[in-house]
Amino acid sequence: MRNYFLFVLVAAFALAGCEQHPYRDGEALYKTHCANCHMDDGRGLGALIPPLADADYLKKERDQLACILIYGLVDTIVVNGQTYGEKMSGIPTLSAVEVTNILNYVNNAWGNQNGVFTLEEVRKSLEICK
Amino acid sequence: MIKHTFWVLFIAAGLAACGAEEKRTLPILGERDVVNGDTIYPTVPDFAFINQDSQLVTNATFAGKIYVVDFFFIHCPTICPKVKANGVRIYQKYKNDPRVAILSHSIDVRNDTVAALKRHADKLRVGTPQWHMVTGEEDAIYGIADNYFSVATKNPEAPGGFDHSGRLILVDKNRHVRSFCDGTDAAETDQFMKDIDVLLEEQFGSKTPK
Repeated sequence: MRNYFLFVLVAAFALAGCEQHPYRDGEALYKTHCANCHMDDGRGLGALIPPLADADYLKKERDQLACILIYGLVDTIVVNGQTYGEKMSGIPTLSAVEVTNILNYVNNAWGNQNGVFTLEEVRKSLEICK
Repeated sequence: MIKHTFWVLFIAAGLAACGAEEKRTLPILGERDVVNGDTIYPTVPDFAFINQDSQLVTNATFAGKIYVVDFFFIHCPTICPKVKANGVRIYQKYKNDPRVAILSHSIDVRNDTVAALKRHADKLRVGTPQWHMVTGEEDAIYGIADNYFSVATKNPEAPGGFDHSGRLILVDKNRHVRSFCDGTDAAETDQFMKDIDVLLEEQFGSKTPK
């Protein structure tokens, strides 16, 4: 019996291990700052709030993403063929490290495989909107 | 091995017991009065608002229906999108069931005009006759929130300028509040949808429309 329990415990840890991803900080920041609108699963909301999961915009506008997080968006954008025109508020208090963490989480969560953002790359992107 | 089988059986029996819990009734919420020996349950008072199609929406709109209530505003920077997302899930599940309706009250009467509510509903891909997004007299909207055990008030300090609860409230066809949940929480909304089924069963005799 004891062996059985031990086995269950080990199996549980092994399964929990599968869930791990390297972007814990980004996930926490995402939940605080982004998930209310873009949702926990990154699917957005109807034609009001664009999705982040499987969104072509993340790949096409990679250089713009850091600036959008800090300064928000007022322009109309097209994501996966759908037009979105609601204003998005930026979070000017985010540091470059926090922006990097959020971008890494978003770009590698929910099936997204958009590669890693380095702090270097994010700092460079932020030069655009200085 | 025998022990092992025993455990599996034990767990299976436990799960089966959870299924039996389905047969339950929802309480009538709120403080009741006893007048001359009769118990009087609180009811939603008369109201009259205007929806996204400029139609008058009153209690009569929901006669013979059960309905889900919430309070929101379009430019809400905090909880509203999550509540709306869960509202859309409810809408999707019951959109072909004329016995169920949704009534969303805007608490930002200055900005959320009929035209703005129409755009909002269109972008959510929802609409009448099932889902009414209404505006009206500010005092009337803030006042009726009490009857739905919800908070709706102006507060310049709050994000977006308003305080409000993200509750979803279930009202039966006799104007009694029967259930509510935190509309920002997907799991609570799942349970809430089970409550809707329980209420449909109680008031119409079946979960699905005939």
